[in-house]
Amino acid sequence: MFGKLSWNAIPWDQPIPLTAGATVLFLFIAVIVWVAAKGYVPYLWREWITSVDHKRIGVMYTALGLVMMLRGFIDAVMMRSQQALAFHAPGYLPPEHYDQVFTAHGTIMIFFAAMPLIIGLMNFVVPLQLGVRDVAFPTLNSTSFWLTATGALLVNISLVVGEFARTGWVAYPPLSELRYSPGVGVDYYLWSLLISGVGTLMTGINFVTTILKIRAPGMSYTRMPMFTWTALAANLLIVAAFPVLTATLAMLALDRYLGFHFFTNTAGGNMMMFINLIWAWGHPEVYILVLPAFGIFSEVFSTFSSKPLFGYRSMVMATMAICLISFTVWLHHFFTMGAGADVNAVFGIATSLIAVATGVKVFNWIFTMYGGTVRFATPMLWSLGFIVTFVLGGMTGVLLAVPPADFQLHNSLFLVAHFHNVIIGGVVFGVFAGISYWFPKAFGFRLHEGWGKAVFWLSLAGFYIVFMPLYVAGLLGMTRRLQHYDVAMWRPWMLIAAFGTLVMAASAACQVIQLVVSIRRREQLRDTTGDPWDGRSLEWATSSPPPSFNFAVLPQVSGAEPYWEIKRRAIEAQQLSAEPHYESIELPRNSPTGFITAFFATLTGFALIWHIWWLMAAGLAAAYAVFVWFAWREVHEKLIPAAVVARLDRERRRARAEWLAQHAAGEPA
Amino acid sequence: MSASANAFAGIDPYKVGHGASPASHHAATGHGEGGPASKRVIVGYGFWIFLLSDIVMFSCFFAAHAVLQTATAGGPSGRELFDPGRIAIETACLLLSSFTAGMSAVATQMRKQGWMQLSLLATGILGLAFLLLEGADFASMISHGAGPDRSAFLSSFFALVGCHGLHVSAGLLWLGTMMAQVFTKGFRPNILRRLLCFNLFWHTLDIIWVALFTMVYLIGEGR
Repeated sequence: MFGKLSWNAIPWDQPIPLTAGATVLFLFIAVIVWVAAKGYVPYLWREWITSVDHKRIGVMYTALGLVMMLRGFIDAVMMRSQQALAFHAPGYLPPEHYDQVFTAHGTIMIFFAAMPLIIGLMNFVVPLQLGVRDVAFPTLNSTSFWLTATGALLVNISLVVGEFARTGWVAYPPLSELRYSPGVGVDYYLWSLLISGVGTLMTGINFVTTILKIRAPGMSYTRMPMFTWTALAANLLIVAAFPVLTATLAMLALDRYLGFHFFTNTAGGNMMMFINLIWAWGHPEVYILVLPAFGIFSEVFSTFSSKPLFGYRSMVMATMAICLISFTVWLHHFFTMGAGADVNAVFGIATSLIAVATGVKVFNWIFTMYGGTVRFATPMLWSLGFIVTFVLGGMTGVLLAVPPADFQLHNSLFLVAHFHNVIIGGVVFGVFAGISYWFPKAFGFRLHEGWGKAVFWLSLAGFYIVFMPLYVAGLLGMTRRLQHYDVAMWRPWMLIAAFGTLVMAASAACQVIQLVVSIRRREQLRDTTGDPWDGRSLEWATSSPPPSFNFAVLPQVSGAEPYWEIKRRAIEAQQLSAEPHYESIELPRNSPTGFITAFFATLTGFALIWHIWWLMAAGLAAAYAVFVWFAWREVHEKLIPAAVVARLDRERRRARAEWLAQHAAGEPA
Repeated sequence: MSASANAFAGIDPYKVGHGASPASHHAATGHGEGGPASKRVIVGYGFWIFLLSDIVMFSCFFAAHAVLQTATAGGPSGRELFDPGRIAIETACLLLSSFTAGMSAVATQMRKQGWMQLSLLATGILGLAFLLLEGADFASMISHGAGPDRSAFLSSFFALVGCHGLHVSAGLLWLGTMMAQVFTKGFRPNILRRLLCFNLFWHTLDIIWVALFTMVYLIGEGR
């Protein structure tokens, strides 16, 4: 009846996961009860859960990413403290638990923290920057989000029901095969990634179509803002790379469920094929994460230097070059496979080429600041911290790209330090720059600057204190994923790194305080003009938060910085452009399709993990029923009357006119 | 550059490389400066991107099969297992079904529902025949001890061909749903778009089968 599932699946004898799980469950139930008691359920259902508005979906993605980042961070603290304690000692995490912790940390941080944060920002910003009303397929967009949430939920369920994989975050066979991992851990890993991977792929399709086919009149490719360009590159990579992940994990699932021999070490299976395939996805994945972060930095440098981006075309070229080359470097993740000197040399050189394109970008950012009026607001601090940190990470990356050096350093903490250096310095700093930059657009008030700066400085310091010691420990020969060790030389570095996690924890606390303080003081921090940073691209041309239809009238674009031109024109003429003729606007209707699909996907995934076949069949049948039900829907769109559009837009124009009057009084043109 | 943009050149001097001359841009919607494309174009375009991603997924199974084709682990090879006559009939069914799917598109263009339903029905029957033949093939291989658990070669064979078969099954489910939908709702714009996507999907499965026929069966026969 319940397959492999029984009461023994819950780890009654292990206090740590049990307490953690109980806490999460308690918080989850408490939030639900609070929401229900306050009578927010109908509001949440109507305005958020069933919403197909790209802005709402973007906010939900970002919230999911932040929550999961906290979970991944707790895993990180556990690993660092374990290694600080486990010198000539067992520490407090037994090996089978420690192995789950590092696997969950990697899986969560990449798939359920970094990806939702990046996709959330793309969701919120790209249609606004393109000057349009939504993405190409809004209901699909909602489905993508809820499938990602399904994956995150399954990973969190594994905390209390059963176990998570003990294989490392890329689940190399033969360790991940049934013979060596007979439990459900790898199955949790497989189905959470397969289900959320479908969601990510649909996001990729959605955004490629949106950027290539739905832009405001006049917005040619060379007028698209840099963040939109990098989003295009990242989504092209998603479309080309995520099917590879799906196929690879499907093969491993076939091995585990139906006795196939793709990667087993019997009957002719070839485990190196898994490692090739997973990195053929895995390396582009790195750029799926970091390219949009580069886009965020480009926007921030230009805005806060009050200058157009330096070398726009070279930036586009560099982005697209990275997009292509990222598919030709996967073998540098396993130079030690034994492919031979020639093959390794080719992949080593291709890897170094990426550094050239990235170097172009770094110089462009620096020259954007040169001669500009630089304002050191929080997003700018993150961006400056990024340049220094990322260049350092890039250097160690180029070092690892040299095969003979890699033979010495692979699988060591040096490698761990390198990829955290680029992912934290690049993606995490980028996401926080983006959140503090676009937060006022999303919610209508700015984040508190003082607490924001505290977060930045603590994160920067915390990062260096944690990861610089890991470089040293790696050079001293310490391999990654050690549950305990007895080399005295390594100990001090582990203690420093553990201290660094305390600094990081302080920055996370400041992050929460910043949010609370900002919400409490939202009236002082209110953004009335829709343009708090003196922005240059179209997302600042609408009010904060934008109306559901984004723009009352689609903007006419005539240059690469459309909003900057609109503002300059208004200042020169001392008046706003003439009031447009308002028409009623059709918007896609909200739909629970995504939520219901994800509900059944969760059931199906859980059933597959525990071999509950009837539940799996029921879940699939229900998914098909939802599909048909959605296909039969009669009314797809709702109409926003011209009068409402006019009222909302006149409010915005009034605020802008006030701004213009103040601007004229304070600063003669 | 337009006159209004020139007026701001003094304020904004670093315009190097920002925006090209308007003469070189397309004016059609969905291109260059033309503004958003029509819904028909957006849906078709998005579906093409999906199909490309699906082909990328198949390419992994193809690559795996190419790697494992000789890894028979002492078990039967393609030459011993494949029955060219039966494969030929399967291929004929699938290619013919692509033709009838094309006929349904012609009938849709002419808004003749009777012919459209008939062509889709023929497509469905041919697709079903293909699936039944393939299923019988699989069943006989498994009963002769040549199932996917026998060797890595057979694992990759069953996964690749089975994945195509799963796509055909999903296509049949979609086809039936579309027939019912056209029957109850007629040729509305959104249904026309779905029919377009279905046709693209079905033809793609045909293209994949051609690759599969070559890579798996023709080359497999030679080994």
